[in-house]
Amino acid sequence: MATIQSLPTRPAEADLGPDDGGDRPVAPKPKVRKPRRTPNFTAEDWISLIGSVLSSLAFVTIVYEHILDGSGTIGFGLCWYAAFLVVYAAVVSVVHPRPIVLERLVASTLYLAAALVLFALGSTVFYIFAQGWRALVHVNFFTHDMSGVSPTAPLNQGGILHAIVGTVEEVGIAVAISVPLGIGTAVYLTEVGGRASSLVRTVVEAMTALPEILAGLFVYVLLIVEFGFSKSGMAVSVAMTITMIPIIARAGEVALRVVPSGLREASTALGATHWKTVWGVVLPSARAGLATATILAVARGIGETAIPLIVSGASSFLTFNPLNVPMNSLPLFIYTAYTTHEPLAITRAFGAASVLMVMVLLLFVAIRILVRQKGVRR
Amino acid sequence: MTTVLTPPAPVSGSGKAPRQLRPSREPSDRIFHGTVTGIGLFVLVIIASIGIFLGYQSIPTFRHYGLGFFTQTQWLPELDKIGIAAVLIGTVEVALVAMVVAFPLALMLALFITDYAPKVVKGWLISVVDLMAAVPSIIYGLWAVFLLQPHAIKLSRWLSQHLGWIPIFHVNTDPNAAVWQQSRYTSSVFIAGLAVSMMAIPLACAVMRAVFDQAPLGEREAAMALGGTRLGVARTVVLPFAKGSIIGGTMLALGRALGETAAVLIIISPAYEIKARILEAGTQTTSALIAANFGNATKSQLSALLTAGFVLFLITLIVNSVAAVVIRRSRSGAGTEI
Repeated sequence: MATIQSLPTRPAEADLGPDDGGDRPVAPKPKVRKPRRTPNFTAEDWISLIGSVLSSLAFVTIVYEHILDGSGTIGFGLCWYAAFLVVYAAVVSVVHPRPIVLERLVASTLYLAAALVLFALGSTVFYIFAQGWRALVHVNFFTHDMSGVSPTAPLNQGGILHAIVGTVEEVGIAVAISVPLGIGTAVYLTEVGGRASSLVRTVVEAMTALPEILAGLFVYVLLIVEFGFSKSGMAVSVAMTITMIPIIARAGEVALRVVPSGLREASTALGATHWKTVWGVVLPSARAGLATATILAVARGIGETAIPLIVSGASSFLTFNPLNVPMNSLPLFIYTAYTTHEPLAITRAFGAASVLMVMVLLLFVAIRILVRQKGVRR
Repeated sequence: MTTVLTPPAPVSGSGKAPRQLRPSREPSDRIFHGTVTGIGLFVLVIIASIGIFLGYQSIPTFRHYGLGFFTQTQWLPELDKIGIAAVLIGTVEVALVAMVVAFPLALMLALFITDYAPKVVKGWLISVVDLMAAVPSIIYGLWAVFLLQPHAIKLSRWLSQHLGWIPIFHVNTDPNAAVWQQSRYTSSVFIAGLAVSMMAIPLACAVMRAVFDQAPLGEREAAMALGGTRLGVARTVVLPFAKGSIIGGTMLALGRALGETAAVLIIISPAYEIKARILEAGTQTTSALIAANFGNATKSQLSALLTAGFVLFLITLIVNSVAAVVIRRSRSGAGTEI
């Protein structure tokens, strides 16, 4: 609208014609008129919004004590929101027609929903660090294990080194197994195909949400009960692999599918074999997407609690040996510390949760950097 | 470039069908195809073997308990009374509460991200949702127990005071007592469902958001040009376009919610009874049952737990497969061409 109105006021541009020499005296710069801003949310709208928020707050504060006493902060919030909707609808409908009233109500609800989810996530992260802080300030928390330390011991004794080592090692082994298999499956599905590919795709897709407990139970019964292996970090890795392969295969397939087929055709036209094309063109082009798939799977694997609970068991000592001996991990440490219901153990659990959270955040930053660098569409 | 390609003269002879081309593959390609196909089939076998294995292991249990396995509520291996009636209902209740909370929030968040959020916020919000999916479930469990529960039980009490005549909001205690029994309201299906919804929201939201973004731009602009509001665009263009993915994403999240273990395990207090009272303390879910009982299980009890796992496996498998089919049908134009 604004641009159409401003067009007739700039006649100079039309008769300038193509610039032929350069020795012509420079014409005064045509005054560029900025298009008039037409905000769809004016100052008046802001005032009515803020007014509605405040007046509904005031109303609920007064009424709440008498009618809705005892429903707690959550109840207060819900009542405030309901009152706000009524007041805001009334205020907006004074000047605007019904579609705009509806639009405003829905928009405010959507903003609120987004804020609520953000708040829930933010409070989770913040609360974990706020509670874990008392454990994190002790250096021994990172350099000692819990062997010979009782759950009630003060925080300057013992630590979670064994759980950190266990988590890193278990996830590391799981990645080493599941990445080749997962990416191989993705390559099979996109590049090679075959009679079984649709079956593989269906099964992989269905298994992406396989409950971790079932993977754990499978490995427990098969490897530990039937074949008599001992509970160990290796068993955890095997169970993790089962849950991670479908994630890598599925996300990897998406990453490979968006590689432009023009690249494949160009490579083939230059005489490359299929293997050379996949290895030299397709996989490098999808590198960022494949890395993202891997990190997503790692993020899933790193937080799995039921698997180590079933197939490893919580040990209290540091071990680097993934075979034969139980190996603790961070989620399992959190769980076992929580089940003691000792305040100090729970503080340690929060400390371990903070460390776990930092690991997840680091992985997450890694994804963002990878994705941004290559600009791969996700 | 300048070569003029003369159309090949029709091959004279007996055969009218085009000659079959059989390009001989390089040895490296043959190895490559074989390896990759092998990997694909290996993964298929491993994953499928879980289902077959669980099914095979549950045969003795079904023989021993018969259909009583599905109607017995108690889990008392000492008395040879084992059944998953209460456990299955608990599983479904937790998942349903989670979805009742998660579905509207995920839908609104997805719509907010695609249609309402300012451009700067949009990319940022997408990563926040991804991050939310990456947070371990045990951390949501801790959050729900220590931070959420003290507030949520007040809402539980209010609901049972005023809506207690509805069976699901009833709690077997005096809600109006001056000193109310807080422990009757903690560790309930409701609290567990809230924690699980934190894991369901990002899953459902990510699927919905991806498809909302693909809603045809022309139709969006057309709706805008006709004077539609953003809500109008959402209602007439975006939501109808993405109907399949809304259903599919929700079911995917439901599949996750059904199998959730760690958060539920630390929130609920085990109780083996069929009840609809979601605000009241005590319930049990299939995955929590397995996690709590596998340790001191004898061979036959282990078989019973495997059977419970098999039932959970079948439920999640059905939910996930339906979700996958619905999402695949709703998505068009996959793949990119230059």
